[in-house]
Parts: sequence; structure tokens; C-alpha cells
Amino acid sequence: MRSLRWKIAGHVLALVATVLLGGLLSATLVRLAPGFDTDERELDPHLSAESVQALRDARHQDHNVFRFYFSYMKRAMTGDLGTSLALGQPVRTLLRDRAPLTLRLLAIGLALAWLLTLTLALSAAWLRLSVFDTLTTAASGTFLCIPAAVLALLSVFWNAPGALAIALIVFPHTYRYARNLLVKAYSRPHIITARAKGLGEARILFWHVVPVVTPQLLAVAGVSVSMAVGAAIPVEALCGLAGIGQLAWQAALARDLPLLVNITVLVTLVTLLANSSADVIGHVVRSQEV
Amino acid sequence: MRRHKSGFEQMTNTCGTAISVAMLCLGFLLGHAVAQGGGELRFCLRTEPKTFDPLKVEDDASASIRYLTGGVLVRVNRQTQDLEPGLAVSWKVSKDGRQISFRLRSGILFSDGTPFSAEDVAYTVQQLMDPALHSPTGDAFRSGTGNVETNVVSPSQIVITFPAQVAGLDRLFDQVAILSQRSSKKEMAVLGPFMVADYKPGSSVLLKRNPNYWKTDEQGRKLPYLDSIHLDIQPNRDVELLRFKRGELDLINSLDSEYFDKLAATSPQVVHDAGASLDSEQLWFNEVAKSPIPNYKKNWFRSASFRRAISEAINREDLSRVVFHGHAQPAVGPFSPANKFWFNSKLKPQPYSSDAALKALQDEGFRMENGTLKDKDGNEVVFSIITNSGNKYRERMAVLIQDDLQKIGIRVNVVTLDFPSLIERMTQTFDYEAIILGLTNVDLDPNGEMNVWLSSSENHQWNPQQKAPETAWEAEIDRLMRAQASSSDPKKRKEAFDRVQEIVVEQEPFIFLINKNALSAVSAAVQGAAPMILSPQTFWNAERLFVGTK
Amino acid sequence: MSLWQKLACVILALVLCGSVAANWLAPAGYAKQYREATDAPPSRAHWLGTDEMGRDRFARVLYGTRISLLLAPAAALLSTLMAALIGGLAGYLGGIWARMAMAVTDLFLSLPWLFLLITARALMPLNVSPLISVMVTFMLLGLLGWTTAARVLCTTAASLRGSDFVRQAQAAGLPAQRLFWVHVVPNLKPVLYAQFWISIPVFILSEANLGILGLGVAEPMPSWGSLLKELEGLVSIGEEPWKFVPLILLVVVVTSFQVLLSKQEEMAA
Repeated sequence: MRSLRWKIAGHVLALVATVLLGGLLSATLVRLAPGFDTDERELDPHLSAESVQALRDARHQDHNVFRFYFSYMKRAMTGDLGTSLALGQPVRTLLRDRAPLTLRLLAIGLALAWLLTLTLALSAAWLRLSVFDTLTTAASGTFLCIPAAVLALLSVFWNAPGALAIALIVFPHTYRYARNLLVKAYSRPHIITARAKGLGEARILFWHVVPVVTPQLLAVAGVSVSMAVGAAIPVEALCGLAGIGQLAWQAALARDLPLLVNITVLVTLVTLLANSSADVIGHVVRSQEV
Repeated sequence: MRRHKSGFEQMTNTCGTAISVAMLCLGFLLGHAVAQGGGELRFCLRTEPKTFDPLKVEDDASASIRYLTGGVLVRVNRQTQDLEPGLAVSWKVSKDGRQISFRLRSGILFSDGTPFSAEDVAYTVQQLMDPALHSPTGDAFRSGTGNVETNVVSPSQIVITFPAQVAGLDRLFDQVAILSQRSSKKEMAVLGPFMVADYKPGSSVLLKRNPNYWKTDEQGRKLPYLDSIHLDIQPNRDVELLRFKRGELDLINSLDSEYFDKLAATSPQVVHDAGASLDSEQLWFNEVAKSPIPNYKKNWFRSASFRRAISEAINREDLSRVVFHGHAQPAVGPFSPANKFWFNSKLKPQPYSSDAALKALQDEGFRMENGTLKDKDGNEVVFSIITNSGNKYRERMAVLIQDDLQKIGIRVNVVTLDFPSLIERMTQTFDYEAIILGLTNVDLDPNGEMNVWLSSSENHQWNPQQKAPETAWEAEIDRLMRAQASSSDPKKRKEAFDRVQEIVVEQEPFIFLINKNALSAVSAAVQGAAPMILSPQTFWNAERLFVGTK
Repeated sequence: MSLWQKLACVILALVLCGSVAANWLAPAGYAKQYREATDAPPSRAHWLGTDEMGRDRFARVLYGTRISLLLAPAAALLSTLMAALIGGLAGYLGGIWARMAMAVTDLFLSLPWLFLLITARALMPLNVSPLISVMVTFMLLGLLGWTTAARVLCTTAASLRGSDFVRQAQAAGLPAQRLFWVHVVPNLKPVLYAQFWISIPVFILSEANLGILGLGVAEPMPSWGSLLKELEGLVSIGEEPWKFVPLILLVVVVTSFQVLLSKQEEMAA
């Protein structure tokens, strides 16, 4: 019992350390990228030399990444996530206001993507028709070749929900993995034998295929969360959805360090949770199989 | 005030339409009782408004909201370019240009019911001139060190004295929206035709008519006619056009030329081309002595004849015709002909001739070898042009220029950079060779560009922050700019600035390329629209616009 | 060879010949600007019309094929190899190695790499040749694009580690290195193939998007990515169908490759 508690504590500690490291690394990346010290407003010819200097000084205080990050963590303990440089509002309010929309967008987008993925991939594995395979390959390939921005624009054009655009961006990725994994599972000798013996399709699927592919499909599912997060940026920006993706894009353009660090920490947390839970569930499934 | 918009607006659209149809019928029945009936105007802001405080405005979106909500003492008429009375019935600038006195309208209330008086003007000016404010609006008034004195003579009379002369003083008040000293609602209490009613960060701003607005029309009807203005925050131009076509938006300000033609093809009555605007696009070379570029390149860039030759080799007609579909004019000089008073009409468009350009370069010791231009030391003439990514018009201009210069043996590399990287190269590291950027002119007076032309200033982009002018012509521009700023005689000021324009065209520190036309689209439902070249093009007369019937 | 595969073969041969013979096939160079005929519809002179600057779209498609078709698969191969190495090894070794590798992968998935790319552009000189710039870009894409596959591979390899046949091989005294290459890697193939095929179009598109940072193919050189980017401004679909030709061509080429190699994929599966 005690060892289990230690194990859980160890995992949580590793998770926290990774998230914090993610924040520090992203702060460093932003700080080292050119243009950190600049502000578009400097170019306004109405501003006096003193005002331009004041703009530069405002950025200067974050010059030392480690000092910035240390004071950020200290403040974060008390619940203060800092203030956005570009929008002048507390980061906490910004994130709190926009998170629900993005979460819903991602949840529905991912659900749609996986519905499509599993339907098509299972059909491909069952049917094993080269026509069907070529057609689905071409269809998923088409979506893969259309720029995300174009898909987002199309969703505006046809008044389709943004979640559908996310689904269509994520689906071709997940489909290819799922199809290959399922086809491989179905071509294992004992399944071919079972089929020859006339075992029911449902029985083959749930007894012989699902246990084998679940851990790997779960791993794909975990990663698809990151894909969806990435897709949310153009979709939200183009569809005029005020979510975290739109905020991230604004922050990147303005080199808004406090906002970017918080968003990275959030994204790292979501990625880690998605992938770790995929690992844990996969592990449980596998141990049951053995 | 900050609420969140549902993520599923598009999914629930059909249901929403049904509800809004029902609401519309209901509104029609009740319309006469509750609202003025001028309808709702809808258009897009391209960025998130950074502030609702009129004194801190520095971005376009905030400036639009300030224009619609703020009450000003005097207003530049966007049609005639003349100054007209606003909250002040009359005003007078002293001979030395340091002092201005206003007589104010009486009996005016802020949107929240607080009365307006000279005390509010004094308060606003003091807030604006606070050295810690650092706003472009305030900095425009700063001409010398010292405090600004505000002397409230009576509730309807005020005298404001600046420490030094401010050129074009009265016109600067067009940008100063008066705040209430006493209202508890602070900057949300306004004197303009509209007031901010709701703000959904990242998605929209709703303005409602200000019931206390003082102006009436010729028939004595209270302005504005409109009940509300719905501003969507939408940075993407494609989406904006799409929604306009669908009838979800009523106006598009500074429409892209490409979209102008697309709209004109299907509905020519909605698009407006008001002719050349004040905005210019220009190319310039890095002339900074300490910049990290090879010395032989610095020598080219610092030579006026090299710059002139490049300028001559650029086909401006093609830039305007190909890149802007004809909705731009080849630039003549630093000021656009659209600036009726200040433009130097003696200047003529620059002729295009590759042969003459090549000849001029050969006279300077350059020579052509197998289609490649080399300088007198044998260095191949190659340079890069950087511009900000995301502006396809600048990218296309760069590609056309690349092709034009290829004809005289010059190889140009076009590099697009994200804006912060570009600014860093341009203002801090000076690690660039040539840039294409634009200059957006909001005000007509050359004083607004003081920081562009003075050699000591930050925004003297080709060679900023010079301790002393490095060239004779820059010294001359410094002298002329100071002379026009310290004179209150419009004729003398014009003479000085005319000379500045001539020197700039002669020396070409900025190679002016084109002046974009002011393009806009106004849906047929909007009545009373008359788009102008001055910002805010389409809604400068927002108080007199209405949607449907009055 | 099935009918589909023969068809795929013919298509690929045609595209390959077209891009190689671009100098003869194209009516003009990819940079030649017909300034009197900008944004023109297809005609006898310009089979696919012209772009906004009056450049022949057919010529740009042919020349663009050369760059994209050569470099994108190379970058995809790089990312696939990295995924195999990192994900496969981590899963195979298990324990602390797997956990560390996966933590790194998760970090990689969530960091704002945009800023690394911006920095990379700043480190390169402005007057860099377009070819070097595009090669650096594809290399960066290859180096950053391995994460998804690595995560899936790690799980696959971990499940193999526990499987009977690997245990038997271990018991039979097969050296670890040989075991990895002979028994583990072949079983990773379905995932590796998926990674490879997905990466090609994704990298082609990413290259165009990196153009906004000053990376990637520089003007006036064409690439498939920059041709596909033209679609972004297309507000009304269907009015100018010829602008979709680059998209259709890319889909056809990617699909043909997959169909052609599906035999191998199938065998791996």
C-alpha cells in the first residue's frame, strides 16, 4: 500500500516537473526569438522619444528569463498568473473566459474525428477491398493536403461548426494509424484461422482484435489531443471563435511572454494528462490480456 | 460586462434565425415605442480594441470606438477637410501658437447624465498631458518641456496654455475625446453619438445610441438615427468579405483591391473607390553607418544616385495596375495628392525607364557583365528586400520590383518576416538591406510626421537617432521642419514643407511607390453613406447613417 | 500488380517526367511575369491560367513538383527514422528510459516551436540562396515532426517486449541488438508507414506556412505549398476551378504512392 502511494507520488512529481520545465523552455524560446524587445507601437510617429523608451523599458524587465520565471512561479502559487502585455488584462481572467469554448470545440472535434476514423478503419479492415481502400486513402489524403486555414474558411463559408473543421484536420492523421493497426491485427494468423472456422465477426473483434490494438489506438488517441490543440489555432482565429487558440495566436504575434508561458503550461498539462491516461489505460488493458 | 459567447453559434444558426425572425416581427410592432428606429449597423474591427480609454488609444480598433463614442471640442470634417465646431462653439489660437481658448456649448450631459462643463475639459487635458501616460494623442501636443496650464474662466470658457508653440494646435483637438471629471463611470461616460453597451473580448463590441447626445439634424430630430452599432472582431479579410456578401455586415472599411473587383463584378453599387488616400507604400535602403552589412553595400545605399537609379527602374504603373488592380496611384512624393492643402503640386510622377536607370548607374562606375551588374570594385549588386509577412500586396510589390531590377542586372532576394522580427532588424540591430513598408497617415498636417523627418528621431527609419545630421540635405530638412513647426503663418509653413517634399524626392531616402486608393463597401441597406478618403472612411458620418428607414 | 497499382505507376511516371522535362514542357520560366494577363483563366497560352503576378501556373506546378517531391519525402524519412529510433528503443528498453523518452516527447508536442523557427531564420543570412533556405526548412520539419509516431511506437514496442515470441527469442539467447532489428522493428512497420505517408503532405504544407517567417521557398521559386496557399484567398468556391489543380495533383500523387506501395504496407501489416 505504501509503495503504491510512493509510486503515485513519484508520477505526480514527474508530471509537475515536466509541466514546469515546459513553461521554462517556452519562456526561453520566446525570449531568445528575435523581436522580443520590440513593440509595433514604436513605429507610431506621434510617439515622443520618451514614450518609445517607456515601451522598451516595459519589456526590459522580463529580460532575464530565469528571474522572470522564478517570479512567475512565486506569483502563480498565490493564484496570480500575471498580466498579458498585449491585452493588458490578467491572464487568469483571459484563460478562464476562453477555456470553456475551446474545451467544447476540442471535445466535439475529437469525438467526430474518432467516429469517422473508427468507422472507416474498421470497414477497411473488414472489407479488405482494394477499391474501398483506395477511396478512403484518397479521401483522407485530400483532407491532409488542404491547408488547415482553407478548411477553416470552408467551414465559415458553409456555416459549418468549427468542431467539424477540427475533426477534418485531425481525422486523416488518426485514420492512417488506425487503419494500418487494424489491418495488421486482422491479418494475424490466428484470426485468419478463426475466420476460416466461421467464428462470428463480433466475437473476433472483441475477443481477438480489440485487446491487441487498444493500447496502440489509445496512444494515437492521446496524441490526437495535441493535434486538435494545434488545429484549434487556425480554426478559432478564422471562425472568429474567442477561445484559447485565438488567444495563443495573438500572444505569439505580440511576443506576449506572460500569456505564452501560461498557455504552454496549460497545453503541456493537457498533453501530459491525455498521453499518461492513454498509457495507464493501455497498460491495464494489456495486463488483463496477459 | 465580460460575458462569453457560445461556441455553437453556428450549429444553432437555423434555430437562431427563426427566433430572430420572430423578434423582428415583435420589434416591428413595438418599434415606434422603444427605439429611434434607425436600425443596427454592423461591421468588423480587424483587431481587438486595446482600450476604451480615449486618451490611451493607439490602435485602429480603439480609434474607431473613440471616433464613435467620444465627444470632441472640434471636428475635422472628413469631407471638406475643414475644422468644424463640436462641443466648442468657437475657439481661438493665440498669435504665438501656445495658447488656445474655447467657448463651450452649455446644457450638455454625458451619456450617464453627468453635466458637462469647462472643468471636464481641464481635467481631460491634464490627464492627457501627464508625462507618465505615453500616448500618441498626448505626445502630439508635446513640443517643449514644462507644464500645461488650464484656466477655467467660466463653466463655458477655458484657456489652455502650452509650454511651447504647438503647430496646428486646433486640429489636434479632433483626437481628444473629453472625459468626465465627476462621473463614477469614468471613461465609459461619453459625449459622442454612441456609447459602449457590451464587450465580449475576442468576439464583439456593441455600441448603443447615446440618449444624451447633443446634436440634432436640420429638422430638429435628435441624432444619431441608428439605435446601435455591432462591431465584430474579425482579423481575417476573407471571412469579412464572405459575411458582407451574405448580408451579415453592412460596411467594409479599407477594402482590399482584389476583393473590390470581386464585389464589383457581382454588385457594382456597393463598392466605392474614393481615389488616392493619404497612405503610402515605400521602399528604403539601410543607411545606418554602424549597421552590420558590408561596407561596399553601405556605399551603394548611401549614394543618392544609386537610390535614384533604383527608383527609376521600378515600374510604378505596373505596381498599381498589377498588384492593386488599378486601385492605387503611383506615388509622387512623401505626401499624397489627396492631402489637398499640403501636397506640393509642382512635383510630378517619376518616369519609369530601365535604360535611363542603367545609364545612370554606369555613369557612377557600375558595369554590366553577362547580365549581372557589378560595382566599380567588381562586387555583384545583390541585396535583399524584407517586408512583413501576411501583407500579400507588399509581397507582390517586392516580387514585381525583383523582376524590374533583374532587367538592369540586379539580383534581389525577397524575404518576408513576421512583424516583431522585422521591427527588431529595422529599429535595433539594423541588420537589413532594404525594406518595403507603408506609412499610414491619419492627420493631414506635416507636424504629425515630425518624428519621421527629423534626423535625430527614432522614426527617421533609414538612419535614425543621428547625433548631428550626417548629410547636408538631412540638415536642411531638419531646419525646414523646425521652421514650419515654429511658424503660425500657414503660407510660410506650406513653403517650408513644399521644400521638404522636393528634397525628399531629389534624395529618395524613402522611395515612394504608390498611394493606395481608399476603397470601401457599403451595403444597399445603409442610407446616407458617403465614403471619404480620411479615416474612418465609411462611418465618419455615423450619426447620420441609418439602416432601412428612419 | 493490380490495376490500381498500374494506374498509380503511370501517373507517377507522368508527373516525374513532367517535372524533369519542365524546361521543355512549360511555355515559359516559372518567374516570367505576363503583366498584361494577370490572374487569367486557362487559355491556349496558359493551360492553367496565370497567378496574381501573371506567372504561368502550369510552369509553376511543374517546377514546384521538383522541389516538393524531392525534399518532402526526404524530410518524412528523417522524421520516421527518428520516431523509430526514439519511440522504438524507448518502448523496447522500457522502465525509466521509456518514461523519460515519453516525457521529452510530450514536451516536444506542447512547446511553441514557432519561436525556434523564427530564431532559425534570424541565424541565417538574408541573402541566402533559395535552395539552401528550403533545404534547411525541410530539415527542421523532419527534426521536429517525429513526436506523434514516437508515442505510438513506444506503446507498440512495449507490448512486443511482453509478447511470447520475444521472450522465447530472448530465452534462446538471441543478442539484444539483433532481437531489436529482426523482431521488433518489423512489427513497428504499420506505424512507420503511416507516419511516412502523413508526413509528406503535412511537410509540403508546413513549408508554405513557414514562408511567413521567411523560411522555405523564396520568391520567385514555386513549391506545391505556395501553390496550395493560393486557395486561402478563394472566397467563392467553384468560380475558378483551375486553381484547384495543384491540390488535386498533390492528392493524386500522394494517393498513387500509397497505392503503389500498399503491397509492402500490407506485407508489413
